[in-house]
Amino acid sequence: MTQAFRDKVDVSLTVNGEPVEARVPAGQHLIDFLRTEQGLTGAHASCEHGVCGACTVRVDGQSVRGCLTLAAQVDGAEVWTVEGLTDSGSITDLQDAFVARNALQCGFCTPGMLVGAEELLAQVACPTRGEIREHLSGNYCRCTGYEAIVDVVESVARARAGKGLS
Amino acid sequence: MTIAFGNPDRPNSYIGKTVPRPNAPKLVQGRGRYVDDITLPRMVHVAFVRSPFAHARIKEIDSGEAQAVKGVLRIFTGADIAKVCTPWVGVLAHLKGLKSPPQHALAVDRATWVGEPVVAVVASTRAAAENAVALIDVDYDPLPAVTDTMTALDADTPLIHPDLGDNLAFQRLHEEGDVEAAMASAHKVVSAQFRTARHTGVTLEPRSILVDWNPAEGQMTAYHATQAPHMIQTVLATHLDLPESRVRVICGDVGGSYGIKVHVYPDEVATAAIARIMGRPVKFIADRLESFSTDIHARDHEIEAKIAVDAEGKILAIDVDDWTGIGPYSVYPRTSAIEGNQVVNLCGGPYEFANYRAKTTVVFQNKAPTCQYRAVGHPIAVAITEGLVDMAAAAIGMDPVEIRRRNMYADDCYPVTSPAKMRFEGLSHHASMTKLMEMMDYDALRADQAEARKQGKSRGIGIASFIELTNPSPFMYGIGGARISAQDGCTVRMDPDGSIVALSGVTEQGQGTEAMLSQVVAEGVGVSPSTVRVITGDTQVTPYGGGTWASRGAGIGGEAALQAARALRQSILEVAASMLQADPGALDIRDGQVVDSNSGAPRLPLEELGRIVYFRGDTLPKDLPRELVQTRHFITMDYPFAFTNGVQASYLEVDTETGVVTLLKHWCVEDCGRVINPQLVEEQIRGGIVQGLGGALYEEIHYDSDGQLLNGSMADYLVPMAAEMPDMIIGHVETPTAESELGAKGAGEAGTAGAPAAVMNAINDALRPLGGQITEMPFTPERILRALGTIED
Repeated sequence: MTQAFRDKVDVSLTVNGEPVEARVPAGQHLIDFLRTEQGLTGAHASCEHGVCGACTVRVDGQSVRGCLTLAAQVDGAEVWTVEGLTDSGSITDLQDAFVARNALQCGFCTPGMLVGAEELLAQVACPTRGEIREHLSGNYCRCTGYEAIVDVVESVARARAGKGLS
Repeated sequence: MTIAFGNPDRPNSYIGKTVPRPNAPKLVQGRGRYVDDITLPRMVHVAFVRSPFAHARIKEIDSGEAQAVKGVLRIFTGADIAKVCTPWVGVLAHLKGLKSPPQHALAVDRATWVGEPVVAVVASTRAAAENAVALIDVDYDPLPAVTDTMTALDADTPLIHPDLGDNLAFQRLHEEGDVEAAMASAHKVVSAQFRTARHTGVTLEPRSILVDWNPAEGQMTAYHATQAPHMIQTVLATHLDLPESRVRVICGDVGGSYGIKVHVYPDEVATAAIARIMGRPVKFIADRLESFSTDIHARDHEIEAKIAVDAEGKILAIDVDDWTGIGPYSVYPRTSAIEGNQVVNLCGGPYEFANYRAKTTVVFQNKAPTCQYRAVGHPIAVAITEGLVDMAAAAIGMDPVEIRRRNMYADDCYPVTSPAKMRFEGLSHHASMTKLMEMMDYDALRADQAEARKQGKSRGIGIASFIELTNPSPFMYGIGGARISAQDGCTVRMDPDGSIVALSGVTEQGQGTEAMLSQVVAEGVGVSPSTVRVITGDTQVTPYGGGTWASRGAGIGGEAALQAARALRQSILEVAASMLQADPGALDIRDGQVVDSNSGAPRLPLEELGRIVYFRGDTLPKDLPRELVQTRHFITMDYPFAFTNGVQASYLEVDTETGVVTLLKHWCVEDCGRVINPQLVEEQIRGGIVQGLGGALYEEIHYDSDGQLLNGSMADYLVPMAAEMPDMIIGHVETPTAESELGAKGAGEAGTAGAPAAVMNAINDALRPLGGQITEMPFTPERILRALGTIED
């Protein structure tokens, strides 16, 4: 086994609907791969411990921590970040509601928060405030105090239910 | 012409309305540009070897193995950096007696806290730099560590800095009236010990800096997550021996600051020094352990305090003995004595009483340095004051709201000077309390509490009145010799298409500065906020200013923007009057059109005026001034600080079996003067409250007796999460300051100032029937069970 073979892993995946092939260091985290190799700086590294959720991205339909996932693990996966979700228009209502309600201040947590919130909205049609708070407890926000974010998720859930989207 | 703030239907009435933040859409789309998002050609990364000892002599540094790591370019010791970077001393002349030794960017000879940077490794990737850091062998000779605040001055405690003679950084005693006599003759004297834990800000974006030195241009450019770009410009120029004009600090999006990012950090200055040496861009992004061990800490205070009251509940005297440990250095350039000084200035703040004594003792220790963090000193002073007032009320059998009403300054008594010699221009304690009582329906809540008690549930209501220091003048830092600007400037210009550009010295950290500026400028000129482009955070572009600290952005930066906008409006009207052969006084600008001010009839769109001025200036009279750009600077002159006031309330339930506190609801009434954007103010207050709730219930940095940091991750240092936080009801009373036309005071720190005291009083309200009382934050389940006597060992 050569050193190069052990240290690097070939991956083939889709990122935001586009095919990506890369040779990644075996120890590289998904968040670093997305930010430094793919230029997708929307998701952020913060606690580097899987606690704060700032690095949350969607992998094969689920919210995952970019700081706890190795790039080598996403071979064959479908990865979505806030950039792709924005381009697809699938979370426009949620994003507009964040802006209208000022549910972000510094915005550093927001890309991860959006992925986490969208996951809940996909699972539960009209979550209670308690359910929203519980679900978003894996996404820290140090600025807002959370109430505005809870308001947004609640209102978007209702609006989507009203349109029969959920 | 003044703005008719009382008329919400006036033209261009954007001040006082919720308008959207112009910079929010990019952040929700992942299009923000934080420092770590920036990559420059030939950029390299720096990582630091940090002291594993709280106090140690640095002997040999062996970097041979590290040098061999692929990608490693340079390795720097403290001595290497000291050749290009002078040390600094964090003192201010007006804090008499404050002392601190010279501090280097990288430790030279001696490390004084766990985490202090010792060696810098530069590599082509951060990963390579970190790998090499792990291979550097530093031979340390451990020295005795000083970690306990209360024994730091004892004769048998080792000296951290022998040259200073003792471990005392600063001491201040303030005395007013005759405290001893008042205590001796009082109906009741209540005493208590309080403790506030060591906190840190936990900005989700870690400290970040990217510095490029271009020797060909002789210019240094620092992309920096900072609150005070002009202050950093001065600091880098001073200590790297560059002309101030050759240092440019650019502050783009910042991922949370709360005071953490307004200080000078040795690793960040070292990064700039390395860029200067290597002549290429160098990036440093703190990792989370570095954040916990080297971001400034705060609020590590131990206090003994007494209050004396008469039989009617009137406060006769307050006596406070405050101690705090600040780490091995006073932080440059704002110093680490300000927090203790604020405790002296702010205790007893809402109340009219005659006899006051407060002493703060600020000592060195071998822990991370402490400095100003959101609401500097306020949460401590409010906890002491409001804790004592509640205890006094309980001692004489009086309702906690009633005792406050009997002592708060009357709303019509201003201006007035407090026993701490703080000057209040105009506050609204009684109106705020009345509004709070209505919002929370105090009597109904008391009934609910009594009903819950019958069912065996221990619920408590806690009230905390407070004052908050905002809009600081040079009395805060400038008079002490620091080049920290209390004034701020704004340039407003009209471009050919009729759009407006505003360049401001205050900065955006997420609080909504740019939205505030856009609506102030929009109203001042007479255009829609959507046509105002705001530019902040670039020392080469914006007028000189102080940035974001001490809740000054709206009150000082906003007033500068208003005055500049009004001046531009006048310039535009003079050109328009010439073009229209009209009297400028008969014209107005509304929604981007010059109009007849009486009828409102449109006369000239601004883009037509722009076309003429910029492309057909030949058609205007030769001597007509046609500069469509105006700059104004604003500084407060009448009062050293614009105090605000407010009152908070907490309703919570204590599980007396487990000691767990459940927050049920929280209220805050805040008087920050003129509210420019109600939504932004309310969200500042909510976010501030939650930061205060974190301190009350969860947050505590732990060190062991050797000075080892015990909780350096977000899994171990707990901050509030969505699930535990309550919904918060916010109300406003508006007492504008007369210092400015805008009348705005600060709102960014009030939530954090009052929330911990409200929670403490609510917990004690719940525990009082059971005979328990707690005064040591955070109020963990363990501490509550100890207060109840459930745990005794």
